[in-house]
Amino acid sequence: MTVIGSDEPLFRFEHVSCSYGGPTVIEAVDLAVTRGEFVGLVGPSGSGKTTVLRALVGAVTPVHGTLTVRKPMKMAYVPQIETVDWNFPVTVSEVILMTMPQRRWSPRASAAERTKIAETLERLGLAGLGGRHIRELSGGQQQRVFLARALVQEPDLLVLDEPTSGVDVRTRHEVLHVLTELHAAGLSIVLTTHDLNGLAAHLPRLVCFNRTVIADGSPREVLKPYVLERTYGAPMEVLEHGGMPVVLDHPSNELSERLRAARSA
Amino acid sequence: MSDLFHPFSFEFFRNGLVVATIAGLVCGVIGVYVVLRGMSYIGHGLSHSVFGGAAAAAVIQVNYFLGAGLWGLFSGLLIGRVARRRIIGADAAIGVVTTASFALGIVLFNKFGQARRSLDAVLFGDVLGVQWSDVWAVVVVAVLVVLVLTFGYRRLLFATFDPDVADVSGVSVARAEAVLMVLLSLTVLVTMRVIGVLLISALLVIPASIARMLTNSFARMLVIAPVIGGITCFVGMNASYHLDTSSGATIILVDALLFGAVFFVTGAQGRRRIAAIDHGHGAAPLRSAA
Repeated sequence: MTVIGSDEPLFRFEHVSCSYGGPTVIEAVDLAVTRGEFVGLVGPSGSGKTTVLRALVGAVTPVHGTLTVRKPMKMAYVPQIETVDWNFPVTVSEVILMTMPQRRWSPRASAAERTKIAETLERLGLAGLGGRHIRELSGGQQQRVFLARALVQEPDLLVLDEPTSGVDVRTRHEVLHVLTELHAAGLSIVLTTHDLNGLAAHLPRLVCFNRTVIADGSPREVLKPYVLERTYGAPMEVLEHGGMPVVLDHPSNELSERLRAARSA
Repeated sequence: MSDLFHPFSFEFFRNGLVVATIAGLVCGVIGVYVVLRGMSYIGHGLSHSVFGGAAAAAVIQVNYFLGAGLWGLFSGLLIGRVARRRIIGADAAIGVVTTASFALGIVLFNKFGQARRSLDAVLFGDVLGVQWSDVWAVVVVAVLVVLVLTFGYRRLLFATFDPDVADVSGVSVARAEAVLMVLLSLTVLVTMRVIGVLLISALLVIPASIARMLTNSFARMLVIAPVIGGITCFVGMNASYHLDTSSGATIILVDALLFGAVFFVTGAQGRRRIAAIDHGHGAAPLRSAA
């Protein structure tokens, strides 16, 4: 990684390919994100979206191409909520505290750290929940705990892997709402999702991805049948509802027709 | 009443009691990481490997702590590495290495073993063999463990709870695991003589599991588990003298009885907590409330 000037993008992939020792998982990826953007990477599972994030945070090194990340830039990573061990014996405060560097002998939170944790919890609507075990929270609260943990590091860029995967509709709305607010407050955000209608269609910028960038632009620009077919490898229809593109995939239509037929039979 | 204190008049017993109680504390605290990381089999394997090292050290007449210690550290780091890399058949590889080491130990013991220490003593623990050097060794390891776990608390917790994110947040998971493996190896090394090779893993697992049933807080587990480990070792040692049974086995039975009692008393909540330990990463569905 090289250092680039402050007027440059936060990060830039130039023809980047990555592999985990075998064949390349992502190939010739070109992508740049500037300060203040809110970008969603959409694509089917196994398309390499997560690998793009892993390359960005430095967990995997490109085998080809150049990845430039602005220095100094602080990135905070929010994992998929499904990968979290909810039975692990930690409280909300402990989850946040563990990411703060321990500079003293005592592992306990200092007064300043306690204040910072309380402020962050308050900001995300989790005030008073610091002492709760992470399992004793609603889905939306659980997702916000991990957002809080990322935000307490005061990042320039927030990186989220599938923030709405495995959550219910209400939680998805909550997550989208919180992220939109954070973006409005000036935070740059990059996330992956396979949720086209629930999440992607609401973002200002979408990157359709399958091993490489297939289309890059606003939802109106990229949510087109031919782009989606190339991304997902299956025919899809795009309708408009309330000024927003709505994606329909054919198999589920077929299914619903078959169900209707079965019911009338 | 005087019968109860009778064993305290023997120096070997006092030494054994001190070693066992401190061993219980150390095993309890390390056991929290062992249980939460699902590395119980590593503790089990490690004690078997250390036994091979100890026997080899006896044959070539090297100091026990040096020989078994180096062997234990080496196999500990090797096991940690194999497990971490998720090489196919890691379980099998660990099984082969540690049982082979154990078998080597038995053969060496049969062939060159000293008459004064029976195989039973090595396998199930014996206080008769405890010397001052054992007391010192367990004290030094206990202090080291407490210092490392205190100063590295947040990093070790982060690496244990959420290794993927820890790695990209500047906390080296590989280093945290290596540190834990070294501490575990040292703990096994200084505990083995009193508890016995075959029973150490129980001393790592049971107090931490009891603590898990009693609390939902990691910090409190780190206090409760060593207290339970220390008390059960103290009680077990005394019981083993009066019942004339092997120290390790008696200690583990005391632990197991306490486990049963806590399991019964904490009811459904305790059962849920303990059942969830092994279901670790990715398996837990989202729930609105516990």
